[in-house]
Amino acid sequence: MTCSIFLQNKYVMYQDKMFKLSDKILLLCVGEAGDTVQFAEYIQKNIQLYKMRNGYELSPTAAANFTRKNLADYLRSRTPYHVNLLLAGFDETDGPGLYFMDYLSALAKAPFAAHGYGAYLTLSILDRYYRPDLTRDEAVELLKKCIEELNKRLIINLPSFSVRLIDKDGIHDLEKLVPVGAK
Amino acid sequence: GSESPIQFGQINPNIASNFINTLHQDLVLSFPPGFPPSCSPSVPLPFTMSHGTTTLAFIFQGGVIAAADTRSSCNGLVACPASQKILPVHSHLVGTTSGTSADCALWKRILARELRLYQLRHGRRLSTAGAAKLLAHMLHPFKGTELCVAATLCGWDGGERPSLYYVCSDGTRLQGELFSVGSGSPYAYSVLDGGVRWGLTVEEATSLARQAVYRATHRDAYSGNCVDVYHITSKGWARRDREDAEFKSQHP
Repeated sequence: MTCSIFLQNKYVMYQDKMFKLSDKILLLCVGEAGDTVQFAEYIQKNIQLYKMRNGYELSPTAAANFTRKNLADYLRSRTPYHVNLLLAGFDETDGPGLYFMDYLSALAKAPFAAHGYGAYLTLSILDRYYRPDLTRDEAVELLKKCIEELNKRLIINLPSFSVRLIDKDGIHDLEKLVPVGAK
Repeated sequence: GSESPIQFGQINPNIASNFINTLHQDLVLSFPPGFPPSCSPSVPLPFTMSHGTTTLAFIFQGGVIAAADTRSSCNGLVACPASQKILPVHSHLVGTTSGTSADCALWKRILARELRLYQLRHGRRLSTAGAAKLLAHMLHPFKGTELCVAATLCGWDGGERPSLYYVCSDGTRLQGELFSVGSGSPYAYSVLDGGVRWGLTVEEATSLARQAVYRATHRDAYSGNCVDVYHITSKGWARRDREDAEFKSQHP
């Protein structure tokens, strides 16, 4: 999930931070204004170009490594991209995969991940309640737990979260999550 | 000629492109030549620049309203009390400008040129979304330099619907139905947030826009003098009379 709030000069605008790389791969990109969209769209178009040239899509693992390589190449150039990424995808043979990347081009495959100040609050909830065999409804409940905690403890108000699910049939939009009221 | 508009202003494009092409043997990437460009060394500013403005734009049933004040400030001095901050780009697209006046005027002209070239080459006008994307990509290489442009592009696409995009020199590009940009923007936002509705008449919308700019000029030292209002419909843009902000407030 990503919060669809974007801070522009201290005022709130709404933006979708998830970029569709292919039918079964999503890239969530946060970080410096401008860099996020530029880098994510650049990766998106190159992934699509690969499919056009070669006739088949990159797997999530390959896409993640390609993204990381680009981030690393730009890191020591004059124009590093200050972006933090989560790449989520479903592979025919390997199943679902989540890749965590940060602006220093570290790459780690993880069962769950978070970026930003919200990570401090949500990672322990995910540690506590995550199991690899969660059902879809249990997973959404776990997300709601995380959002409730953010609503309670995070100093920035995040009014709405867009949620997407990736499975063997592709990317599905789930219901937007809206935390209710102050605790 | 055939040079990509995104390359405008870059120096030494060949150095960058040779370096990148050798790195990626297996997965051949497609760059526009000269990307990433080497940034030109920073030129010292002749005097401190100040970015004082109130501009706003919103969509409603009658099209798009764009409004701005007319004060150009330079530190504590009003350099020009009658400047134009809303610049037409083509018959159905208008851009509000905020930031460094010279940068905004230049990049608006470049955008107008590139949109006209696109129209001549492809036989149709580029949409507002496309124009915003083009501007964002042209500005992105200058990120980290002193260039400061924050514009909203207000246009009418293909005879169908109004469109509003915010583009900033730090690379941001956002679509929306209401934007206010500049040092006076918080004051304008608070007036607009309470009054903007889809169902406003043209007169109500114009009056609301003028009110919002006036309130901002009252509170913000760097905004002031007069208010320009433009109205964009399917027939193109129309400029309303420039009115003194103070005058309007006392004679609503």
